[in-house]
Amino acid sequence: MTAAGRAALHIGAAAALAAAAVTVLPGALELFALINATVWAAMALLALSLAFAWGAGGILCFGQTAFFGLGGYAYAVAGINFGDGALAVPVALAVATLAAAALGWLMFYGRVGDVYMGVITLTVTLILFKFANSTAGEQWRIGAAPLGGFNGIPQTPPLNWPGEPDNALTPEQVFVFAVLCLFGCYAAVKLVLLTRFGRVAVAIKENELRAELLGYDVRAHRLGVFTIGGAMAGLAGVLFANCVFVSPTMFSLAYAGQVVIWVLVGGVGTFAGPMAACVALQALTAWAGTVPGFDPNLLLGGVLLLAVVAVPRGLLPTAQSLLVRLRPRPRRRGAEERPMAPAE
Amino acid sequence: MTAPPPLLATEELTMRFGGVVAVDRVSVSIAEGELRCLIGPNGAGKSTFFRCLTGQYRPTSGRVLWRGRDVTGFDPFRMARLGIGIKTQVPALFDGLPVVEGVRLAARRLHGERESRRLADAALDRLGIAHLADRPAGLLAHGQRQLAELATVVAPGPDLVILDEPTAGMGAEETARTAGLIRELNRDHAVVVVEHDMQFIRAIARTVTVFHQGRVLVQDSADRVLTDPRVRDVYLGRAAA
Repeated sequence: MTAAGRAALHIGAAAALAAAAVTVLPGALELFALINATVWAAMALLALSLAFAWGAGGILCFGQTAFFGLGGYAYAVAGINFGDGALAVPVALAVATLAAAALGWLMFYGRVGDVYMGVITLTVTLILFKFANSTAGEQWRIGAAPLGGFNGIPQTPPLNWPGEPDNALTPEQVFVFAVLCLFGCYAAVKLVLLTRFGRVAVAIKENELRAELLGYDVRAHRLGVFTIGGAMAGLAGVLFANCVFVSPTMFSLAYAGQVVIWVLVGGVGTFAGPMAACVALQALTAWAGTVPGFDPNLLLGGVLLLAVVAVPRGLLPTAQSLLVRLRPRPRRRGAEERPMAPAE
Repeated sequence: MTAPPPLLATEELTMRFGGVVAVDRVSVSIAEGELRCLIGPNGAGKSTFFRCLTGQYRPTSGRVLWRGRDVTGFDPFRMARLGIGIKTQVPALFDGLPVVEGVRLAARRLHGERESRRLADAALDRLGIAHLADRPAGLLAHGQRQLAELATVVAPGPDLVILDEPTAGMGAEETARTAGLIRELNRDHAVVVVEHDMQFIRAIARTVTVFHQGRVLVQDSADRVLTDPRVRDVYLGRAAA
């Protein structure tokens, strides 16, 4: 099957899944569970954003939550000032995108090495965490919006229909919107990989020197991938702000680490894997949180250790290899996200 | 009357690493359509010179000229965009991708998708590795990797191909075949080959520039260079007088 055919198949499957989720879940789940499902969809989008930057572009961004938090805060601040949540969405996307572009420009055009990229991105998100925590007090406000320090912005406005500030979306509608955003981004990154830009980005991940010797500007391509990832993380922040409210936790080390764990467990180089791992691990830690006297982070750490030792390539690539091996006549290339050869 | 400028030339090119002068005021010029060998024993400065030509190193002083235009200090991707195809000593391939995808991407920068596919197929055919098109590059054997990288380098139709030790790790038979291949490539492209294998130089039999201790020791036709006592001394490890 051609790459385009495979992408169409994957997007079709995702569309069916998204359609099923938006028709069944709002009726089947209670309000609290539905809001929780919306949070998971937002987090899955955050996982997808890193899966794209890391898996397709080879950029290990340890601070994907920086753009997640910035998107959320920008949404809350703009929403309070405009009195219109719909108008705040483009502002939030612009802030997250520009922040990613600026940080990416410094790293890629400064020719920072891969390891330092992880360090720098994590440091930036932790600086934002410290800063957001220190904004308690009346003097810390942007227009009408107090930043709220440790408490964040509890009065984060809900999304509303465009042009109708008084007509807020119901939790069911927010859920549908989140699923649509997740599906849209998934389809978009699948399609990006079919363009020349996407193919070159993947090639750069495979061999940076070779791509450069072919005349491709590695820095510009990496900047593009990183910025797209940042924009998606910003959108995830907007969705998250609509189910919970924005607070410095969005920038925290715990969140930053979790995103990396989701992608590692799900499989670097795939998109569906990290999203599925995100939802599964969130469900698992949510359940573990109800066990008295047990720290869910312990479970998360255990899962990460187990994954790194037992399935170092991640769950989805491992499952794909198993499928390829179980087929009666193994083909050289199956319907994987990336062409992969069976062990010979 | 002024002659057209050479395709690629260096003027007093010097590359210093701390106190070590790896390339010392080297002036070399390559004409359009030429096939030139740069040879020298290990440590002569060939590979450093190569990296200055490809933009991987920024020379300490001196100039690199492309058709008379100063291109000193260009990044590798800008050197490549001038029309230079570069093959590294250790084949640089997109290991996780099928061979044909890498070759297509090589052509894709300048051409549309349909044309890139055609050029990629033609390049794979020309190097006799069409049957490996769908194989992930990472699974190729060493000799196949060399050929796959050559296909990647020639697919976009560069004006100049620079090869760094294309016969590294090859046996005598493969070396002879590669020499034939490079002469064949020379029908469409100017070629610079950096090598240290004397058998290979004999098989290529064109103008040879001999490096020694960062400088140009001799530049002459292959048979004269191969019988030159200074070159023999250098290769046998005696001090060149």
